[in-house]
Amino acid sequence: MEQPNMSYIKSMSGGDEAFEAKLISIIKKEFPEEKTVYYNNINVDNFKQAADNVHKLKHKISILGLEKSYETAVVFENNLIEGSTELQDEFEMILTTITHYLKQL
Amino acid sequence: MDCIIIDDEATARAIIGQLCSKIDSLNVLAEFPNAMQAIKYLNQNEIDLIFLDIHMPDFTGFDFIETLKNPPKTILTTSDPNFAIQAFEYDCIVDYLVKPITPERFQKAIQKAEAASQSLETVEPSQEKVEGSSGNDLYVNIDRRLIKIDIASIYLVEAKGDYILVKTEDKNYTVHSTLKKIEEKLPNDLFLKVHRSYIINVDKIIDIEDNSVLIKKDVIPVSRSNRPELMKRLNLL
Repeated sequence: MEQPNMSYIKSMSGGDEAFEAKLISIIKKEFPEEKTVYYNNINVDNFKQAADNVHKLKHKISILGLEKSYETAVVFENNLIEGSTELQDEFEMILTTITHYLKQL
Repeated sequence: MDCIIIDDEATARAIIGQLCSKIDSLNVLAEFPNAMQAIKYLNQNEIDLIFLDIHMPDFTGFDFIETLKNPPKTILTTSDPNFAIQAFEYDCIVDYLVKPITPERFQKAIQKAEAASQSLETVEPSQEKVEGSSGNDLYVNIDRRLIKIDIASIYLVEAKGDYILVKTEDKNYTVHSTLKKIEEKLPNDLFLKVHRSYIINVDKIIDIEDNSVLIKKDVIPVSRSNRPELMKRLNLL
């Protein structure tokens, strides 16, 4: 499975380590909150709200350089809008991978 | 350009803020996590450019634009490329950035915003004139509202740096413009530039003494080079 990386964040920072630290700190705070809201909604079959949560989470997926995972998230978001949970397991695996990665930073 | 960032995601606001910090012409005045806070801010502050997320809870970016009477130039920022066609139905939208935004693409968007800004400045003066109901009115832009002024009621226009002070029978207006621009809009049979900082309504002159004219309670200097033209306009006995 593809792994998160810092390539986008570094391309943004241009070597500005203070910005990198600030952005990682924001992601570390915001990602678990968004993930919790997503699980709260998906667990009660609130697919429309869950789709909104996926929409927001997919930005972080792309920031962490997960290009294929981003495509999965795009399709999963559309599935949720149409009332389907297809790709839920794959998407949640991505969330788990990101969670582990952020803990290492 | 003074700008604000509206995005419910703190990560996105941080990234856009960082991109702005690399461009000298951009000055980020404020950031907002929702549109409602931004509307309150815009009611009291004038800005040149908005970075606006489309997908926000309760109030989308498009809802936000539609609440504004005269929206500033806007660059949409979104994770969803499917809104692009809808986006360009709004005149204020100059570009559409899909997240994650790269520095190169961001730079292009700013160039578009600057180009739009320059073309707007070119268009504005002619708008002031054509919007008059019968050529007797002048519309001036004050706090993003177009205010109608009866041209005949203007008795004096004074240059004040980047602004002009338009004095009328009823009220005075401070307008972001130049004496040269308003001179082009005023009928030259009624108005005369008597000094590099003053245009007067010749019909409103009370008296003339040496190198000054009295209009209402204002004593206005008349430059030597403009005095002959002023004297020509008077019905001298």
